[in-house]
Amino acid sequence: MKFIDEYRDAEKAKRLAERIHATVTRPWSIMEVCGGQTHAIVRFGLDELLPEEITLIHGPGCPVCVTPVAILDKAIAIASRPEVIFCSFGDMLRVPGSEKDLLTVKSEGADVRIVYSPMDALATARDHPDRRVVFFAVGFETTAPANAMAVSQAARLGLANFSVLSSHVLVPPAMRAVLDSPACRVQGFLAAGHVCAVMGTEEYRPIAEEYRVPIVVTGFEPLDILQGVAMCLAQLEAGRAEVENQYARAVRPNGNLPAIRQIREVFEVVPRKWRGIGEIPESGLALREAYAAYDAERQFGVGHIESRESAECIAGEVLQGHKRPHDCPAFGIRCTPDRPLGAPMVSSEGACAAYYRYRRGFDDRRR
Amino acid sequence: MCLGIPGKLVEVYQQDGLPMGKVEFGGIVRETCLAYTPEAEVGEYVIVHVGFAISRLDEAEAEEVFSYFDQIGEAAALEDEEARASPEGNARGSRETP
Repeated sequence: MKFIDEYRDAEKAKRLAERIHATVTRPWSIMEVCGGQTHAIVRFGLDELLPEEITLIHGPGCPVCVTPVAILDKAIAIASRPEVIFCSFGDMLRVPGSEKDLLTVKSEGADVRIVYSPMDALATARDHPDRRVVFFAVGFETTAPANAMAVSQAARLGLANFSVLSSHVLVPPAMRAVLDSPACRVQGFLAAGHVCAVMGTEEYRPIAEEYRVPIVVTGFEPLDILQGVAMCLAQLEAGRAEVENQYARAVRPNGNLPAIRQIREVFEVVPRKWRGIGEIPESGLALREAYAAYDAERQFGVGHIESRESAECIAGEVLQGHKRPHDCPAFGIRCTPDRPLGAPMVSSEGACAAYYRYRRGFDDRRR
Repeated sequence: MCLGIPGKLVEVYQQDGLPMGKVEFGGIVRETCLAYTPEAEVGEYVIVHVGFAISRLDEAEAEEVFSYFDQIGEAAALEDEEARASPEGNARGSRETP
């Protein structure tokens, strides 16, 4: 397919890797923020093409992984109600809550449906005026415009039986949290291309300047990622710390203005708890008061739920890049995609799932 | 979840007051909301995420990655020239064996 195949050219990837080998003079640690990039790196073995001086650290950019267990428990409580049709993206279904997951609730008879788009959930609400349709609105800035549109369209069409359980998170505050951690080893970032397609590149400039880290907005195909590494490395070797855009075919400096406007219309910035990491100030989006009628948390009164995390899961440390999936004693033994202890093992963007799928049975000798 | 797929816009229309379109991904066609790329025209490529086009692909910028290879090619040729001219041999090779 156009805009995909040409970015998977093995010969060009080799030439980029050679360039990187020729440039590097000492060890560097670069974090790829987005879980989609992590999967491409592990799937195509891009880390194995790099010189041993370069360590890629997998970042927290997996919305499924960082959704707090309390929100999942709320989702499960709402989905269990007989009058509810609960709509979700597919990879939330196997994420463990305190007691069970959404898939178990579905097998127990709840009406849980996988949707491709929040607009599908909206159409379900229109088709079932006698039911209450709840959409599990999880995601980063990339997904926020879609979820915001579903809410504002529900308001426009007067669909009072539609609401969203919102757990939106924002990337720049998470990058600051990673950099503020005393255990931080990150010296440069590959920023998440699609988040920046929506939000633009400007909000990364203060981070690059304050923390003296190069940030390269990067795409998701093998050549994108290798070029992102090459650009980040060139900055590191030259002692520069700037925001650069490798993914200019999709990312404009100001982002997508109609999308940003729609996000601001429906959502406001709030502090948000990240699963495995803790609360990060100004790192989430919540529905504005004007849209309270579409807020499932308020509509269903699921304010107080006692939640429990698996004591054995090290997801928090994996998400912050302190540990690799292979460092977990439960990896592939007591924690698998079918019986996960934590979300990174089930999400299509989770680092543990990527290692389980593509690197099982191999020692991770790189770290 | 931030997965975005490039696809070709093959049809545009209005529905419930929103600009909509059909986008083709290697033979599969999906209904896509164009509210965030209202200027997108039939034949253009857009990046689609959960049923929404979030960006129009810039063909000129798309070529940039490949012009980078031309630069690499030139730089590598230059280094090879220097390597041949210098007594230490290939600069790239020497770094790989510190």
